Amino acid sequence: MSVIFENVKRHFGDVKAVDDVSITVKEGEFFSMLGPSGSGKTTCLRLMAGFEQPTSGTIYINGEDATWLPPFKRNVNTVFQDYALFPHMTIEDNVGYGLMVKGVRRKDRAIRVKDALKLVDLAHVANRRPNQLSGGQQQRVALARALVNQPKVLLLDEPLGALDLKLREQMQGELKALQKQLGITFVFVTHDQGEALSMSDRIAVFNQGRIEQVSTPETLYESPKTRFVADFMGTANIIDNTLLPDLIDGPQVFALRPEKIRLNSDQGDMTLQGQVSEIFYQGAVTKIEIRLPNHRTVLVQPPYAFDRSSLGGQPVSISWDRADMVRLEEPAT
Amino acid sequence: MHSDKSSWLIKGLALAGICFLYFPILIILIYAFNTEESAFSFPPKGFTVEWFFKAAERDDIFQAIGFSLQIAAISTLIALLLGSLAALALYRNNFPGKNVFTLILILPIALPGIVTGLSLLSTFKSAGITPGMATITIGHATFCVVIVYNNVVARLRRISFNIVEASYDLGATALQTFWHVILPNLGASLFAGGLLAFALSFDELIVTIFTAGHEPTLPLWLLNQLSRPRDVPITNVVALLVMLLTMLPVLLSYWLTKDR
Repeated sequence: MSVIFENVKRHFGDVKAVDDVSITVKEGEFFSMLGPSGSGKTTCLRLMAGFEQPTSGTIYINGEDATWLPPFKRNVNTVFQDYALFPHMTIEDNVGYGLMVKGVRRKDRAIRVKDALKLVDLAHVANRRPNQLSGGQQQRVALARALVNQPKVLLLDEPLGALDLKLREQMQGELKALQKQLGITFVFVTHDQGEALSMSDRIAVFNQGRIEQVSTPETLYESPKTRFVADFMGTANIIDNTLLPDLIDGPQVFALRPEKIRLNSDQGDMTLQGQVSEIFYQGAVTKIEIRLPNHRTVLVQPPYAFDRSSLGGQPVSISWDRADMVRLEEPAT
Repeated sequence: MHSDKSSWLIKGLALAGICFLYFPILIILIYAFNTEESAFSFPPKGFTVEWFFKAAERDDIFQAIGFSLQIAAISTLIALLLGSLAALALYRNNFPGKNVFTLILILPIALPGIVTGLSLLSTFKSAGITPGMATITIGHATFCVVIVYNNVVARLRRISFNIVEASYDLGATALQTFWHVILPNLGASLFAGGLLAFALSFDELIVTIFTAGHEPTLPLWLLNQLSRPRDVPITNVVALLVMLLTMLPVLLSYWLTKDR
């Protein structure tokens, strides 16, 4: 096991930034901590790095109690959100810094720095300074600077947040490939659920300092446990008996993905009548808002080839299979 | 194109401002070379450099300059040490009473020199300390520390604290982090703060009056000279030299920092 949190709490005065979190990160896995800002994911990462100490609880890193270990004694390295490159050093010196302070000889250092820069395709900028590089390049330098120390665990704090969409997607692929190649445990903090879904082996979904669910991307999307997870991982229709008093009894709550609902079909075992109230065209997908007779709305995402030209304001029927509804844990309020 | 009239007006006003600032210095310059001995008579009678040689023969001048340089150097060193340590301690950590502490630290620069001088004098007297170089240096250090502190704090606020965390993260101890990451990023601000502190100490008069013993600093020497009308040309020469000397570090710092 790479990193273990046992009932870790971190309170700042009255603010419970991390409130009783237990995590087990397996060796060699790509583990993401996902959540909105202020949900505690970054504080958890800082607790792993040693920049914060828990109010209570225990942290193990590589089987060793690291709760009170200072950052420089932990075999983990961090890639910071703003990269945190040393502005007064060349790229070479930046990458070699960790080796230098640990007393690695200049000769060995040069070789390892070169290899690390090659790994991120930046051998040609070794003599430049951070402010002479683009954001994407600085990002890779930060990565090389961490990896050159051969950490057991690499911590990444929203490392792609400052990059534009195209570059971000490219870096997602490269990071994932790098992680597979090196076999290092990655702990990745992000607020972008798409990013987490596409890169992670497992994801922990954070909300208000607590973990809502830890699971594989597929399980999180297909079988969310709570309303928060269902809603945060993509779009979900929350179905309870205030929405469908005739079909749902008592305190049960369900999540239903928009793509599981069929338009103008009666193949499913649940069928409703409604009217198209809004059409959201998003390129690859189109989402259609259906207003039910009781003025509540349901989102439907038909297959791509769907002809939407004739839909505006028309009465339609929607249907789905009861089996596609995912029972959520929390009771209706 | 803007109207030529207003542009000339602005240029004229700017020129007048510069004249107002530099005219007194020009007077010193002219009368350092005047043959007339006693007073400021206009126009100057003739050109001579004899006052420079006369000044060079006076040991008390060199003693005063040396004394001032020593005091300025020591109080600058104290200020660099205490000021940067105070800045490092205060800019990020929060603790009860931090604001009060910061205020107390900064106060000497805001207090009138007369208050600082008077309170130092009574303190030294009640403690039975003989006034002299040490007391002057302590007096100067009180405001030199603030200068360095302000410079360093301003610089620290512009440095992303993440680079300090990054250094710890990469395995550096606190000392290594200070040496390899913090200090190089503070370099310019330490230099600028030190230079300012040095200049302030070098020409400080009010606090010095209260804390000095029998040995005068350069500003004290210059002040004493005013009671000797026959020495006016020599005083002018010294003032001119001091001016040129103090301009050097200013020009140096300008030259060192202009490309950044």
